[in-house]
Amino acid sequence: MSRIRAAAVGAATLTLALTATACGGGSSSGGGSNDSPKTLTYWASNQGASIAVDKKVLQPELDKFEKQTGIKVKLEVIPWSDLLNRILTATTSGQGPDVLNIGNTWSASLQASGALLPWDAKNFDKIGGKDRFVESAIGSAGAQGKDPAAVPLYSMSYALYYNKKMFKDAGISKPPTTWDEVVADGKKISKNGKWGLAAEGSNLSNNIHQIFVLAKQHGADWFTADGKPDFTSDGAVAAVKQYVDLMAKDKIIAPGNAEYAQNQSLSDFSKNKTAMVLWQAAASTFKSQGMKDDEWGVVPAPVQSGAPGQGQNVNSMVAGINIAVFKNTKNLDGATKFVKFMTSDEESKLLNKTYGSIPPVKAAQEDPAFNAQSTGVLKETLAKSAAPLPQVADESQFETAVGTAVKELFADAAAGKPVTTESVKAALTKAQQSMPTK
Amino acid sequence: MTTTATSPAEAGEGRAVGKKTPGAARGKSRRPGRIRRIGLPYLLLLPALVLELLVHLIPMVMGIVMSFRELTQFYIRDWGSAPWSGFDNFKIAVDFDAPVGQALLHSFFVTVLFTVLSVGLCWAIGTAAAIYMQETFKGRGILRALFLIPYALPVYAAVITWVFMFQHDNGLVNHVLHDQLGVTDKPSFWLIGDNSFYALLTVSVWKGWPFAFLIVMAGLQNIPKEMYEAAALDGAGLWQQLRRITLPSLRPVNQVLVLVLFLWTFNDFNTPYVMFGKAAPKAADLISVHIYQSSFVTWNFGTGSAMSVLLLLFLLVVTGVYLALTSRGRKTADV
Repeated sequence: MSRIRAAAVGAATLTLALTATACGGGSSSGGGSNDSPKTLTYWASNQGASIAVDKKVLQPELDKFEKQTGIKVKLEVIPWSDLLNRILTATTSGQGPDVLNIGNTWSASLQASGALLPWDAKNFDKIGGKDRFVESAIGSAGAQGKDPAAVPLYSMSYALYYNKKMFKDAGISKPPTTWDEVVADGKKISKNGKWGLAAEGSNLSNNIHQIFVLAKQHGADWFTADGKPDFTSDGAVAAVKQYVDLMAKDKIIAPGNAEYAQNQSLSDFSKNKTAMVLWQAAASTFKSQGMKDDEWGVVPAPVQSGAPGQGQNVNSMVAGINIAVFKNTKNLDGATKFVKFMTSDEESKLLNKTYGSIPPVKAAQEDPAFNAQSTGVLKETLAKSAAPLPQVADESQFETAVGTAVKELFADAAAGKPVTTESVKAALTKAQQSMPTK
Repeated sequence: MTTTATSPAEAGEGRAVGKKTPGAARGKSRRPGRIRRIGLPYLLLLPALVLELLVHLIPMVMGIVMSFRELTQFYIRDWGSAPWSGFDNFKIAVDFDAPVGQALLHSFFVTVLFTVLSVGLCWAIGTAAAIYMQETFKGRGILRALFLIPYALPVYAAVITWVFMFQHDNGLVNHVLHDQLGVTDKPSFWLIGDNSFYALLTVSVWKGWPFAFLIVMAGLQNIPKEMYEAAALDGAGLWQQLRRITLPSLRPVNQVLVLVLFLWTFNDFNTPYVMFGKAAPKAADLISVHIYQSSFVTWNFGTGSAMSVLLLLFLLVVTGVYLALTSRGRKTADV
């Protein structure tokens, strides 16, 4: 009996030991290999109107790549709400895709985890060199002074889209260029169930993009020069208050927008319910929602005063998507080839045209198509008045902590609770305290 | 994984062979038989034991180990290299003067209130329905099946439907409450702000009561009809029958039912996560999602694990006390 018990205990211990080592050892292997040179898994971010649209856009290109190289690419389009968690899980387990898209604002955070292949000069040579890419786009691919963790794929900037019919109905002849004008025009439009401006109050990333720009316009940064969180400066508080006040005080954003997180503001826009939306590359979505190109207009996003430029006249983040190679890939050469293919002049032109974004590849940008009404504004903003989000290791934590704070403030505003400088400052203080201290 | 699955089996075989040979050599034919008789239950338990280890205990042990490490984004790729941090993670979690501890405490209280209300309502509705369903009437079968639907539906599909109904602008709830009945002055927010607690409670009760109904219904089948007949002869009314016969007879069933409902509700992750996503509103910040968020907000899985360990300890204590109290009650009742 005791022997059996001992044996059972032995078996259990053995299992425990085996599993423990199996789990612990899974991710510790050094880097990529070329063990399976014929296949690749690609996690694409959701760029089009839906995941189905993305699959339709990307699949022919992947087929083209397979014809050229014989490498079959398995595509998975991942919604934005899941992408970062999926990447984190893949990093922890070591089981992930070979190539993946990341939001360029996550570059530094993911770089710190060591999950992504660093793009040193040697790797860049394989895809035609670093010089092929626009400098600001490379600047959003990793922390300063380190080899980029990814390669820019699509570039975008924010712009103000306006609904021409609603503007005409309200008797407004010229789209706004400053926030004061946005509020004045918004008030003219916001009546009888129609609203001036849209917001995605429950979308943490979108909140961050807006308040990042507004903070710049108030002369504030969210991180100090040495990378420490600085969420409670007067400028930062004023920026958040100004954004939430568009709903709370100016009442040009519908209270219902406080719970929006699934791009509902774009469909409100196409349904003539909201007249203005601050968005990056919205053209293809409007089209898919049945809006004709001449029914909407696009102008540079508003500033406090004057014309868009640098410093306090920044009116957009450097938005964009980077493509990265997962360090644990089993097809390192294939993955690099795929990045080369996706960032080639030809593919860069084609994909960016389809998605209404701007190619970060200099040669591709020359194509006249990118001077059209919809993309011309984005291109000019990127070139003149956009600033990259802080490329620090804690950037994702910042997005979650401050994005949640703004979401809660919107919830207060929607419920009719007062939003004051004190309440904004308290929310931001709490967000700052929840940031990692080391 | 495959190696792990085969190794205990191999170990088992090796053991059986090892046992047989010395037994045969000594020529005692009774011994192997005895061993086989006594060993069989253990052998049969082995697969369950291995799976239990794999699925429950090992992740739990891992979680406990993680809670003593500084597992941040800099180490997640190779988390064996994360430095040990002693009790630092626990100190952060229970420092109720600092925001992280305060938020955890707030979340804990919200969860306790939510669990008490949800379990109470699930039990009350389930029991009431089960008792009414004891009477035979036309359509009873259909009604019984209908009652079980919320329990049978996949969680995601059910909860996402509720999310659509709770939407501010186009939701059914506001349409009925505001547009049709005029109960509220203006459409309410259910998915953000303070009302989110009630929205969450509604979904949780809707999802949970059919289980109580099912279990209580099964328990009621075991109460002999004669007892009710005798009570009726003695002049006991419906209320007295309920108090003196039904509830006492259901006691053992209820003890398990309430415990299970408590543990499920307290730990429920799916419902709040599908309803509110990563950032739950403060009023509905249940502890499971809070821990998840704490891990992912700061990418500090050590602190998140420390919170999980605290939660585990709390649930262990509650379960232990509950079982001790109820079993003592049962013993005295038996006497």
